[in-house]
Amino acid sequence: MAVVADWFRWLYEATGFNFTIFYDPYDARQMLGGFLMTVQLSVISILLSLVIGILGAWLQGSNLRLVRGLVGGFITVFRNTPPLVQIFFFYFGIGTLLPGTENQWGMRQPMLSNVQWAIISLSLFAGAFNVEIFRSGIEAVPRTTVEAAEALGYTRLGTYRHVVLPLALRVCLPALNNNLVNLLKTTTLAYAIAVPEMLYVAKQIWGSSQNVLEMMLFLLFAYVGLVGILVFIMHRWERAMRIPGYGR
Amino acid sequence: MAPAEQPAWTPDQPIVRLRDVRKSFGSLEVLKGITMDVAKGEAICIIGPSGSGKSTLIRCINALVAIDEGSILVEGQEVNDPKLDKLALRRKVGMVFQQYNLFPHKTALQNVMMAPVHVLKQDRREVEDRARALMRKVRLEGKEDAYPGELSGGQQQRVAIARSLAMRPDIMLFDEVTAALDPETVKEVLQTIRQLVEDGLTCLIVTHEMGFAREVADHVYFTDRGVIVEHGPPRDILSNPREERTKAFLEQVL
Ligand SMILES: Nc1ncnc2c1ncn2[C@@H]1O[C@H](COP(=O)(O)OP(=O)(O)O)[C@@H](O)[C@H]1O
Ligand SMILES: [Mg+2]
Repeated sequence: MAVVADWFRWLYEATGFNFTIFYDPYDARQMLGGFLMTVQLSVISILLSLVIGILGAWLQGSNLRLVRGLVGGFITVFRNTPPLVQIFFFYFGIGTLLPGTENQWGMRQPMLSNVQWAIISLSLFAGAFNVEIFRSGIEAVPRTTVEAAEALGYTRLGTYRHVVLPLALRVCLPALNNNLVNLLKTTTLAYAIAVPEMLYVAKQIWGSSQNVLEMMLFLLFAYVGLVGILVFIMHRWERAMRIPGYGR
Repeated sequence: MAPAEQPAWTPDQPIVRLRDVRKSFGSLEVLKGITMDVAKGEAICIIGPSGSGKSTLIRCINALVAIDEGSILVEGQEVNDPKLDKLALRRKVGMVFQQYNLFPHKTALQNVMMAPVHVLKQDRREVEDRARALMRKVRLEGKEDAYPGELSGGQQQRVAIARSLAMRPDIMLFDEVTAALDPETVKEVLQTIRQLVEDGLTCLIVTHEMGFAREVADHVYFTDRGVIVEHGPPRDILSNPREERTKAFLEQVL
């Protein structure tokens, strides 16, 4: 690692390109923290948004009109409003309504932290799209296949879990892939409520080191890398789910 | 807790008993008062022109279609009852469809194993032994790990039969199960069904295969436009029909 640090220090002295995060231990630790925060926001929000999508699509098939209406309302609200507004709504709107506790300095300690609000907000945002994506997949499952499960005595939940969902997933993986990539990129909005993710940390660093271009370059590469990993995983999943002799 | 008005069913009574069953889809009346009795171990064939309500009729028996009027008793249990446990009924009544409707994401063996494991919660290893035996019974040994998309129509249909049999049903419903098959593969599927009939399984078979009906059926029903026009032993209905409509239909298909 010392070699890398020396090289970046030399690069700075020789060319003026100042990648402080690669040789300055303080900046390096900050950026590592930012990177891990982005990964944390992404992974948790992706998983939660999948749960919301699966649950929402299941509820949309409910016999109760009220339940279907609520799911429809949820989708409309989260699909038709800007995600930044959603984050502000949760953090400043709802966050301040929730009861807080006093910490040892007599300051108000909110019930949920900004990181938690960011995760909730991002999960709901992407989850609303996931509901729609899963629903389109579910609609592509032939009625006759579902009927075969019913004729065998499967419950509605059993049919959903063992027949409908596995088939629907295969149909909607490409759309899901897009939405999750979008979600990963949208985690930068947590910047707006001071969550120390990569963009936030980069801004702090260029504020003191005046290296905007370098930090921007780093961010571009970091996101290309993260999205690349996500796409790689999704493609592996898609390949693993491919059925011999079926479809495409 | 059993409903008092229904005495316990005994095997000497009809295993399936329909009384004046009526069903409409919107303004279209598809079943106009169907009455039939099927004894345990009997094979009955239902024949008739397309659109006469044959599919609807047998789909009522496992409650895939809800009837409007009349009564359907399966082993003494009223199917036309809002409190009916549909899932329990469907565990007793197997169904095979024209388009096989296998689960495409599962291998042939998994298709056969799924319902006993998921629905009956039976032990996976015991179910697998039985499923392998069933695959042999429908003469598909060696195809256990093939996916439905890798099998011919006739092979898929035999997997579908094995899948139903894995639930150990008391009654089997077949809805034109050879209609989508090539002539060569029709025979292998019919042979499989014939074997079940010989084993004494109660079978209700909707079919256009008159030769098959003549051979295996104990009783043949000819339906047209939602009514049973005539019924009786196969040699009466298929060789000496009394009704003009039956004659016209048989002339057309033979
Ligand atoms: N779910 C349904 N909704 C509306 N009409 C139906 C439905 N199922 C069947 N039908 C109509 O009922 C009639 C009888 O159909 P079906 O029972 O499939 O006849 P068959 O199996 O003898 O060809 C047809 O006219 C068909 O279009
Ligand atoms: Mg039909």
